[in-house]
Amino acid sequence: MKIVLKDLTKRYPGRGRKAQGDVIAVDHFNFEIPDGKLIGLLGPSGCGKSTTLNMICGLEKPTEGRIFFGDDDVTDLPPENRGVGMVFQSYALYPHLTVRQNIRFPLENRKGKDRMTRAEMDAQADEVARLVQIDGLMDRKPGELSGGQQQRVSIARALVKMPRVLLLDEPLSNLDARLRLQTREEIRRIQTETGITTVFVTHDQEEAMSISDGIVVMEAGVVNQIGKPQDVYDDPVNLFVAKFLGTPAINVFAGEVRSGHLFIGNEDVLEVRGAAEGEVFAGIRPEGFVPDEGGPLTLNLVRVEVMGRDTSVVSTHPALEGATVRSIISTENRIDPDAKTVRFSLKPAKVLLFAKETKERIRFEY
Amino acid sequence: MQNNKFKAWLYLLPAFVFLGIFMVYPLIDVFVYSFEEGYNSASQTYFGTGIYNYRYVLRDPYFLQAVKNTFLLVIITVPLSTGLALLISVGLSSIKPLRDLFQTIYFLPYVTNTLAVGLVFMILFQKTPYTDGFVNLIIKWFGGKSIDFIDGPYWAKMFVMCFYTVWVVMPFKILILTSALASVNPVYYSAAKVDGTSRFRIFRRITLPMISPMIFYLVITGFIGAFKAYSDEVAIFGTNLNAAGMNTIVGYVYDMLYGDSGGYPSYAAAAAIILFAIVLTITCINLMVSRRNIHYT
Repeated sequence: MKIVLKDLTKRYPGRGRKAQGDVIAVDHFNFEIPDGKLIGLLGPSGCGKSTTLNMICGLEKPTEGRIFFGDDDVTDLPPENRGVGMVFQSYALYPHLTVRQNIRFPLENRKGKDRMTRAEMDAQADEVARLVQIDGLMDRKPGELSGGQQQRVSIARALVKMPRVLLLDEPLSNLDARLRLQTREEIRRIQTETGITTVFVTHDQEEAMSISDGIVVMEAGVVNQIGKPQDVYDDPVNLFVAKFLGTPAINVFAGEVRSGHLFIGNEDVLEVRGAAEGEVFAGIRPEGFVPDEGGPLTLNLVRVEVMGRDTSVVSTHPALEGATVRSIISTENRIDPDAKTVRFSLKPAKVLLFAKETKERIRFEY
Repeated sequence: MQNNKFKAWLYLLPAFVFLGIFMVYPLIDVFVYSFEEGYNSASQTYFGTGIYNYRYVLRDPYFLQAVKNTFLLVIITVPLSTGLALLISVGLSSIKPLRDLFQTIYFLPYVTNTLAVGLVFMILFQKTPYTDGFVNLIIKWFGGKSIDFIDGPYWAKMFVMCFYTVWVVMPFKILILTSALASVNPVYYSAAKVDGTSRFRIFRRITLPMISPMIFYLVITGFIGAFKAYSDEVAIFGTNLNAAGMNTIVGYVYDMLYGDSGGYPSYAAAAAIILFAIVLTITCINLMVSRRNIHYT
């Protein structure tokens, strides 16, 4: 089931004595989520991603705009008539009910001709429990389960009514690092197996990039960029998106474009044909640095961190926006940890220029 | 380790001493008195030991009346006040404007003096040669016949008693239940809403189980409190409760000790032990029933 968001807007009335107008949580969100895809809504806290999810779910009413599931306009429908399953950040499992009762709960609400017998409900509950691999835990209470198991129960409860759309709010934030890795693969597997169009919200870019078919980067209620994870990472539209994606984060320098060349400080570090002249922010991805004795960019070495798979070089530069430059290089390059400075040349594809004023991307040829 | 154990006992000592002197010793003492026939506290003498006191008390029509009154009061007021408090709390939790005002209004009786409130109730309900009282005015206005609630038929007096008790115990229950309701994480309601759960089902399947420990607490303390009722009766019906036929078990104990017919500590002790046994039994039954229906998280 494809989801179409048309000019989706949510405004909250300003509160308090000094309230000045409305607070805009989501501002004219336009997006078409293709059928059967897994989409990540990504952004810092307060960017409106959860509000968007709640509007798709039906827990909140949009101030403006329409929501379509396929060709049905569901904007004015209550959640239960939309056919959505929702997984909450805290799982929201009813603590006094067993796992089986929790999963069965949505089915017990059905009335009229949709009403199911106890046996039908149990059969359906058992089926989704097998899908999320918790069929051995059906008679336990949520309090007796680990965080990862609770998460699965909560997904099972969302799936048991065979929803057209599955929504997950920060599904991994309450899990520890190891479980997070495992669970996100699990979510991907369940999504692929069921083929249900899925939207999930996260502030963790790694989480979003690793399992989604597409990501939506939001900032302050506005959609910045929509695309495949790798495309957004390689080709961000503005400085915010560039900074938000990638760990370690992109290194941002104050620079200047003069006669087709990028200058950081007084060093001509790269030829940038076609870029407009003037002051810019130059963002360099950590993997964009190549150790080079004769390289144009000289950094003051702070320390070298050996990570095993690769090496992280921490250094500083006067023109840097931020505390340190972090560059990731392969272990084949030996950097003398006692050296004062380290010289790099740059991979042009990993250097991103942004206008000083608008912070919009400036493209160049290389 | 040994030193720590000593310290622990040292810290516990004040509590033990006070509890021992003011709780445990009197309890044992009352138990002993209840088996001593004709104990005289002035001369510290008694005739013999046995269950005579219990036999006397259990055959005393005043005691039987007191037991009947107390049981009626408990059975009527505990479920009624808890249910009403739950209803009002749910109402209070679902309104937004003026919630604080209403919560204050509902809490006011709690900080008001029992005797003063009792007098107000008496004036509202009493029929005197000069006036029929406020409540009777209303009854007459609706075309009914005036009733003497304070000095009239038994059911009318019982009605005033229960009405008053419910009114007095409600504020505390409402306070406890509104905070219990507020402590239920709203995400459960969101989850239930996504699944299209009806309001009634949300209340029965989610809200009630989640606040069940608090309801249970209120029922237990309500039972115990109602079994110990006494001062409220005095406030409405005066000190001679036996004459009014509205005595309670605690009232009977008091009368046996200090009342006009007083001076019988042995009988008082026996009655007190019977009350203790009743309350203990009821509380145990409550605990057994609750084990299946209360959900602690």
